[in-house]
Amino acid sequence: MTYLPNLLFLLLLICSISLFIRNINKVITNINLGKQINRSDNSGERWKNMILLALGQSKMVSRPVSGILHILVYLGFILINIELLEIIIDGILGTHRIFSPFLGEFYSLLIGVFEIFAFLVIVAVTIFWIRRNIIRIKRFMNPEMKGWPKRDADYILYFEIILMFLFLSMNSTDSLLQNLDVPNYQKAGWFPISSFLDILYANFSIPDLILLERTFWWMHIIGILFFLNYLYYSKHLHILLAFPNTYYANLELQGKFKNNSSVTSEVKLMLDSSNNSFDSSNNNESIPDKFGASDVTDLTWVQLLNAYSCTECGRCTSECPANLTGKKLSPRKIMMDTRDRLVEVGDNFNRNNSKIIPDGKQLLKDYISPEELWACTSCNACVEACPIGIDPLSIIMDMRQYLVMEKSAAPSELNNMMGNIENNGAPWPFNNQDRLLWAEEN
Amino acid sequence: MKVPTLASMAAEGKKPDVLFWVGCSGSFDERAKKITKAFVKILNKADMSFAVLGTEESCSGDPAKRSGNEFLFQMQALVNIELMNSYNITNIVTTCPHCFNTLKNEYPELGGNYIVQHHTQFLNWMLKQGKFSIKGGKFKGKRITFHDPCYLGRGNNIYEAPRELIKKLDVELVEMKNCRSKGLCCGAGGAQMFKEPEKGNKEINIKRTEQALELKPDIIAAGCPFCNTMMTDGLKSKEKDDIIIVKDIAELIAEAQNL
Ligand code: SF4
Ligand code: SF4
Repeated sequence: MTYLPNLLFLLLLICSISLFIRNINKVITNINLGKQINRSDNSGERWKNMILLALGQSKMVSRPVSGILHILVYLGFILINIELLEIIIDGILGTHRIFSPFLGEFYSLLIGVFEIFAFLVIVAVTIFWIRRNIIRIKRFMNPEMKGWPKRDADYILYFEIILMFLFLSMNSTDSLLQNLDVPNYQKAGWFPISSFLDILYANFSIPDLILLERTFWWMHIIGILFFLNYLYYSKHLHILLAFPNTYYANLELQGKFKNNSSVTSEVKLMLDSSNNSFDSSNNNESIPDKFGASDVTDLTWVQLLNAYSCTECGRCTSECPANLTGKKLSPRKIMMDTRDRLVEVGDNFNRNNSKIIPDGKQLLKDYISPEELWACTSCNACVEACPIGIDPLSIIMDMRQYLVMEKSAAPSELNNMMGNIENNGAPWPFNNQDRLLWAEEN
Repeated sequence: MKVPTLASMAAEGKKPDVLFWVGCSGSFDERAKKITKAFVKILNKADMSFAVLGTEESCSGDPAKRSGNEFLFQMQALVNIELMNSYNITNIVTTCPHCFNTLKNEYPELGGNYIVQHHTQFLNWMLKQGKFSIKGGKFKGKRITFHDPCYLGRGNNIYEAPRELIKKLDVELVEMKNCRSKGLCCGAGGAQMFKEPEKGNKEINIKRTEQALELKPDIIAAGCPFCNTMMTDGLKSKEKDDIIIVKDIAELIAEAQNL
């Protein structure tokens, strides 16, 4: 009978962790629906990127207010996870504050530091909530943030406050029990913040206090395990994916767009037949069944990883010249659409025994309209702004490539421009023989 | 104006130190041609050994690639590369950041390996080599702001070369709210130059011009023929083109030296 809580705890732990692993596997399977691209090079540079951007959050502080607040929440999150280790061991063994006898004074200090961070997290999260709901900062108000994305962002904030409150209440009731010399509640911990909550609980009898303490303890850990499984449905997947995402980010100069080598062999073949001067040795490279991208499976796995990692922070969109001037294009929406479509295709793949049954939909048009794609100036402001190295521009370019090369669906002025390049070697209808006329002018 | 072509030099068995890639704008666009000529004047004044491709030059392919036409881009690139390789070109300078980016970053994988410089980098190099010097001249004391071209700045992390040159003109360099890596696009990149913009509530070049106007500058300095056009148009629609001028850095230098 006395082992019941331990067993219950173990069951809960195993269930939520296996659910979590299942979700992560789904994410991995879905990301692998993307096309191959080699990002195994240059691991030194990649580690550096990851440590700076994901671990060090170096780009976050380019906007100091949200950057510093985010770092607080992030540090709080990590530190409190150390406490989690103790909670899990206590839960399994039925012990109470198992680390305290080993760590002594240091344990007290640790608990105190956790509490201070818990308090800072509450402050930061409250400011975040005010920014989203009272100041209503513009980048949180774009059309793509309506509905679930908005609720998701708020839920997390409420959730964090509740978790921190539970954590502090657990400590407060615990310290009261310690002071009453209740058996099992050995003296341990420094409670600089939770002691302010003591007035709430001081008048309870010992059995009630024990009940409260246990309730807070359980709710806190259940809350955390719930959060773990909420991640999959939320932009908060970035807590985990920011790390691989920054590791596998593009290391090339932003101006350099990827070369489509399958086109090269075709072009060479064509030039070869016209003047025979090109080496056509590698023209047996297979021609892909499609140029560019019309659906998520045409994108690379890195682009799909990008989509899952997106934090929906909107820093990209708030720097995008097209979006700033009222065009429909929003780089954040490009990433969110890609993710939403990927989830849909992934479910399809799972349901149909690892085959994708056509569902009459695709990323292009059903999610992202050509109007959005053609509004992009390829300025790279979104790529530069993203704190975790996401590249919305590469998706835009791949989809333009599909529109032009597969559907000949460029805006008519662009078709004229391309016609000019083909005929006269310049985007305007000038005669190439006139290229040097300027040299005769003054 | 003395503008040797590679073909004529090759006929005499000579090879220039650097190829000046003029680009389509610089060759045909009335406004951009002034930039081209200003740059050539500086090159000639410093007695640099250079040549142009002239009628052999063809579009670098940038607008085709950014439009999504990889096929047309590679056609252009491969033809240009074959031509330049046949002349054994090793060094290129260009006044267009789009050509600069394409030649420097996207030609190597197609077999074109050159040292490519934007003219602001090249001019800095010339200064350091003592090939010529800059004095403030007629721009002394003027308020100048520099508009970062996306393909020079964010695209290739070149922010200081143009600013170093501007500072040499004894002017007051002031920065816009969005500058360097946070520079706001003029609206012309990604082949937007060649089409009407999508529906919105403002033109991008107007937005950028407004940022410049906040500083009340005398001159908006540019480093790209497209930005130059966009900012000039922006000033026109704000009816400020009579008091503020848009000039490429090459023009500022050439004019300051009375070339
Ligand atoms: S690259 Fe395109 S999507 Fe990104 S900021 Fe510039 S215009 Fe917007
Ligand atoms: S792509 Fe990057 S900058 Fe844009 S919303 Fe997602 S995380 Fe934020």
